[in-house]
Amino acid sequence: MKRKEILRKYEARPDNLLYILHDIQDASPYNYVTEEDMEEIADFLDLPYSKVYGTATFYSMISQKPRGKHVIRLCDSPPCHLMGSESILDLLRDELGIDVGQTTPDMLFTLEITSCLGVCGVAPAMMIDEEVYGNLNPKKLRKIIKDYREGII
Amino acid sequence: MKNLEELRKLREKAQKEIQLRSKDARIKVVVGMGTSGIAAGAREVLKTFINEINQKNLTDVIVTQTGEKGMSSMEPIVEIHEEKKPVIVYGDMNPSKVKKVVEEHIVNGKAVDDYLISMEEK
Amino acid sequence: MAHRMNVLVCSGASCISNNSLKVKEALLAEIERLDLKREIKVIETGCMGPCQLGPVLLVYPDETLYKKVQVADVREIVEQHFLKGRPVERLMYKSPLTDELVHKSRDVDYFKKQYKIVLANCGSIDPESLDEYIAVGGYEALGKALTEMNPDSVLDEIKISGLRGRGGGGFPTHLKWMFTKNEKSKEKYVICNADEGDPGAFMDRSVIEGDPHTLIEGMAIAGYVVGASKGYIYVRAEYPLAIERLEKAIAQAKETGFLGENIFQTDFSFDLEVRVGAGAFVCGEETALIHSIEGKRGTPRPRPPYPSASGVWGKPTVLNNVETYANVRHIILNGGAWMAKIGTETSKGTKVFALSGTIKNTGLAEVPMGTTIRELIYDIGGGAPEGHEIKAVQLGGPSGGCVTPEYFDTPIDYESLTALGAMMGSGGVIAMDETACMVNTAKFFLDFTCFESCGKCVPCRVGLKQMYGILDKITKGEGEEEDIEALETLGKTIKATALCGLGQTAPNPVLSTIKFFRHEYEEHIFEKKCRALVCKDLISYEINKDACKACTLCAQKCPVDAIKGERGVVHEIQQEKCISCGNCYDVCPFGAVMRLSGEN
Repeated sequence: MKRKEILRKYEARPDNLLYILHDIQDASPYNYVTEEDMEEIADFLDLPYSKVYGTATFYSMISQKPRGKHVIRLCDSPPCHLMGSESILDLLRDELGIDVGQTTPDMLFTLEITSCLGVCGVAPAMMIDEEVYGNLNPKKLRKIIKDYREGII
Repeated sequence: MKNLEELRKLREKAQKEIQLRSKDARIKVVVGMGTSGIAAGAREVLKTFINEINQKNLTDVIVTQTGEKGMSSMEPIVEIHEEKKPVIVYGDMNPSKVKKVVEEHIVNGKAVDDYLISMEEK
Repeated sequence: MAHRMNVLVCSGASCISNNSLKVKEALLAEIERLDLKREIKVIETGCMGPCQLGPVLLVYPDETLYKKVQVADVREIVEQHFLKGRPVERLMYKSPLTDELVHKSRDVDYFKKQYKIVLANCGSIDPESLDEYIAVGGYEALGKALTEMNPDSVLDEIKISGLRGRGGGGFPTHLKWMFTKNEKSKEKYVICNADEGDPGAFMDRSVIEGDPHTLIEGMAIAGYVVGASKGYIYVRAEYPLAIERLEKAIAQAKETGFLGENIFQTDFSFDLEVRVGAGAFVCGEETALIHSIEGKRGTPRPRPPYPSASGVWGKPTVLNNVETYANVRHIILNGGAWMAKIGTETSKGTKVFALSGTIKNTGLAEVPMGTTIRELIYDIGGGAPEGHEIKAVQLGGPSGGCVTPEYFDTPIDYESLTALGAMMGSGGVIAMDETACMVNTAKFFLDFTCFESCGKCVPCRVGLKQMYGILDKITKGEGEEEDIEALETLGKTIKATALCGLGQTAPNPVLSTIKFFRHEYEEHIFEKKCRALVCKDLISYEINKDACKACTLCAQKCPVDAIKGERGVVHEIQQEKCISCGNCYDVCPFGAVMRLSGEN
């Protein structure tokens, strides 16, 4: 099982907790960490389960719910907001048929909002997995989503 | 690294190496590959440069990358470095513009005015 | 004797075919005539590139670029420009993108007022090549500090430079370092805060992505001064490219011996590790950040003890942000006195600002302290896009405040911005024009801080929520007279009682918009009017009967069938059904749908 392999990469130090959570989440086909994951991490690091659970739930990028293959994080920082992120959000909702926090039935996309991606010079922007897209407009957005759907990206 | 002297020797060597003349390259294409650049499409731009240059079999052109210059509104930004010439900076690039730059600037030696944002002396 | 001016005449084939050699002869003759030969040097160069503009002249040190110069123009150029220092505008190159004159070849106006120290290498070297960093003098400051200076003399230079923290508070860097240095402990740490969470700030990302070794070098020097052998760089997970480049750079530095054991064959050993966040704004607060590095929930704790006494793992820790460390190598190489000459009385050196929002040239700008807000947003930022006017800038993100045009001539330093109710913060500058509603903007910032509040202390967890509720009410047209006062009281209380910097500064956007835009709050409350036409509940839509062509497009798009009329019959919106979604306004090809607010 993957989980064991991931844990083996790390020294059993409590400060590795966030790294391990990231890694296990990335390895999950549904982009989340399960209760069993957290239990095993707690054993491995010799921490109470509550500590692991507390850390995992504190950070917005670690999910305890299954998510889509691709996680879309639309930046809703003030600069993006001023440059029209709201209409981009409407379009994303339309295009994907889901609301913020939800996952498409085919488990391809999860739609999330993030506070700031730090690419304010090319606002409005979004991040899909680890790729950032800026200067978004309806045409560009539709093309990106299409490319992901068709597996081009 | 033993001491400053060794570092300075290394520096001299490095300086020579990043100058064009020590390599076979006639032209160096530098693509701004910070996140802003990438978000605005720099990866496509870089890819198109490499494809076009390979297709045209231009062996004396190298393509490299750098970070952000800070002018986000002009991203993707591309610089063309040529020996003894000012650096030509193109802004707001996309694959079709890249094709034109390769054709007109890199092959025929004429900068594409319409995409120019500045020229800089090295 | 050195020449005061160099004139480069392009002599590429294409310019020659356009008579550039004749132009050069004319130049020489004119320079001879005015006896400028010893001052001005004319140089023939190879093709400069923009052949359609030929013949081209490039004049240094002004960096003026002249295009299509003919023999007949030469006299004017020499007399006006070379002799009297007035460049001949009609011959200067115009940027095709902005249609404005380009005064310096180096760039549009964007770089003219900039002074690059921190960003000097960004965009000019390959960030993944250690050789390129060494070629521009990389790691010489570390070598100099380790082999030619001692920790005290390095600390002295930092003190003389006047460097202060670039992450927000502006605490003198040398004091932080000294406190940590003076702690008696075998184990000490150096931490870099690269959890750049402030909306509107992205300079730290750019430095790490564009010049990662500068950060590593600055941290190693800090480690040498305070006596630490280990450092952490805490980067937010939203910056995958920065993390990748940084890890690559650390590996290169270790391989070459700039990190690791006995650096430069001295007793000093230093190692660096990257730690990645996971999406929590509060981790930008130093005690929260330390908790996060330790793998815990990123909640802050009361200070003192400060990290300099008890930081990561309870050990003395020096903690600065990326931009602060990026200044260090320049101070060591050029001396503290060099930096102390730049800037104002209390704020030395430069600051990088991130321009965003409704402004022409978005991006990063590094300017000397003391540059005015106006220079920053107009001379560099280019002002608002055509037809708009900047009515305020938000400085310092969600912890800062807004500043209005009457204060734009304020020179930027830590103290002057705080006096205005804003703050330097990390350097985010968000420009807003008349299309921004200040009440809504304040609500937006508060929505952000409410969400990011860690929930540990009551003022922040409960108080901000209360403020948000009042703002929400006002933007929905349900505001009452006493709301403004309630906001002010709550805001001041939260500022005074919250546990950490997040809560203590979160009310700032509300308080400063009340201070400068009280009339907008009052309009929302008393007239139910949103002048920027942003607050949906305060907007009504009407059809201008004279402009309506009765095409039915709006009626088709109306989700609640509120629009009466058919082809040939002018449309009318039934106000009792309308939900103010704005679809009709967006689709009308004739501009016949009017948005109104506060008119009834």
